[in-house]
Amino acid sequence: MTTVDNAPASTQALDVERVRRDFPALDLEVHGKPLAYLDNAATTQKPESVLAAEDLWYRESCSNVHRGVHFLSEKATEAYETARSKVRDFIAAESADEVIFVRGTSEAINLVAATYGRQHVGAGDEVLISEMEHHSNIVPWQMLCEEKGADLKVAPIDDRGQLMVEEYERLLSERTKIVAVTYVSNALGTVNPVRQLVEMAHDRGVPVLVDGAQAVPHMSVDVRSLGCDFFAFSGHKMFAPTGIGVLYGRRDLLGSMPPYQGGGEMIRSVTFEKTEFAEPPARFEAGTPNIAGAVALGAATDYLTSHGLDAIQSYEQQLLEYATESVSQIQGVRVVGTGDYKASVLSFVIDNVHAHDVGTILDRDGVAVRAGHHCAQPVMQRFGVPATARASFALYNTRDEADRLAASIARVNEVFG
Amino acid sequence: MSELTDLYQEVILDHNKKPRNFGKLEKPDHYAEGDNPLCGDQLKLYLRMEGDRVAEIRFEGSGCAISTASASLMTEAVKGKTIGEIADLFKGFHELLTGDPSVVAEAAPALGKLAVFSGVREFPVRVKCATLAWHTLQASLQGEGEMVTTE
Repeated sequence: MTTVDNAPASTQALDVERVRRDFPALDLEVHGKPLAYLDNAATTQKPESVLAAEDLWYRESCSNVHRGVHFLSEKATEAYETARSKVRDFIAAESADEVIFVRGTSEAINLVAATYGRQHVGAGDEVLISEMEHHSNIVPWQMLCEEKGADLKVAPIDDRGQLMVEEYERLLSERTKIVAVTYVSNALGTVNPVRQLVEMAHDRGVPVLVDGAQAVPHMSVDVRSLGCDFFAFSGHKMFAPTGIGVLYGRRDLLGSMPPYQGGGEMIRSVTFEKTEFAEPPARFEAGTPNIAGAVALGAATDYLTSHGLDAIQSYEQQLLEYATESVSQIQGVRVVGTGDYKASVLSFVIDNVHAHDVGTILDRDGVAVRAGHHCAQPVMQRFGVPATARASFALYNTRDEADRLAASIARVNEVFG
Repeated sequence: MSELTDLYQEVILDHNKKPRNFGKLEKPDHYAEGDNPLCGDQLKLYLRMEGDRVAEIRFEGSGCAISTASASLMTEAVKGKTIGEIADLFKGFHELLTGDPSVVAEAAPALGKLAVFSGVREFPVRVKCATLAWHTLQASLQGEGEMVTTE
């Protein structure tokens, strides 16, 4: 065994006890038990640095952006644009102009459907998605297809919850105008071979939107290496506040797209006869943006980067394997989503016990999981279950919490005999 | 643990495992569907009336233990009862789940077996599970014949 001095942060193991001290909510008690927060795919807790960044912005920089010449306005604008640059670095985009601040993943996808989609999808055309998409990557495309008389095509998944890549390729046709696919499934945890999917689509000249909401807190993302045309994610799933998210779009595509909403901030000049629109990203940011949210999102990228996404990924991977191993051994438990490549998510059902009852019993032990369809009803239908219970891990979760999860699941069997 | 055992009482677990009056009713004269989209509970309720009395009642569907047991116990409780008596029963049942605890103690005896759901009051998000069957029953009696949803 060799030891390496001065190794870069990204190759050092994650110090989870230190990480936990950064998150005040992890000290909460629930029903008299310490909170084991395993609902990170729904939203994550926030570290002190993110809370402080938002608080400080309101205390010392609160002003509107891109308008006033006064001191505070300049300070606010600088903070907002610095956040944009941090996001560019975080996803390795070529330019900060390719980073559009939105409310979250849903808004990002709606934006693309309503602009690029309306521009390029016509009657008889096709939009290709996968069977494991979250409703937010289904419904906007369904609405677009309905409006245009286009067809929504769905690439199937196999019994382990993995995308059937050959089927996906077969469904790419001359009529396919855009592909929208998730990086990581929120209901199953499956990690899709996004680079390969993008290549296949690009070979046929079809652009690809990637829903990255469940990827960004768990692995390092490089949009240029993925080759995708659009990449959407939410701040709140990566330790930033709710109400802020990002749409990355390749500069040439953004430049040819019409605005999403009209209003202030997105114009070059307005008369009652005609409005000239601003260049991206401003063209897509009508109205006063969530400035404090963007600044806090910038702080969240700093937080993740300081620990190193590779270290986080390897830590979480071991934790997920450990938890999957111990939960699978409990009598009556069936794990839903058993693909080769997974991140964060352990979805399961228990024989003869509804997920909602599982959720209630776990909650009384202080173990917070999601019980339901996870906004992915087609996935539930695919596996023939009304709902699953889902534990989803983040960098601050521990083996002890995984043990408590398993112990509490065992208790479900006791209660239900 | 005690709140959990109050919630999942033996009677509830038993009715969840072996729901009574479960299955389709041939030629019902009243029918309604209910769903609880939050947890995916789905319920189909079939009734045959004689005058304003419930002569037969059966249900189908899938749901959590609370909603399944509630549907099962409800069918037993309302069989042979008039629409007016059912309305009183539902009022008492609702009171049991959400009302003032002292009032609840008074209402409990009149509810008979339905009183086993008293533990639900400690779990406010589960009240919907326990009342889904009753809302669906109301809809079927009012002949709305449409989907009832808890959302």
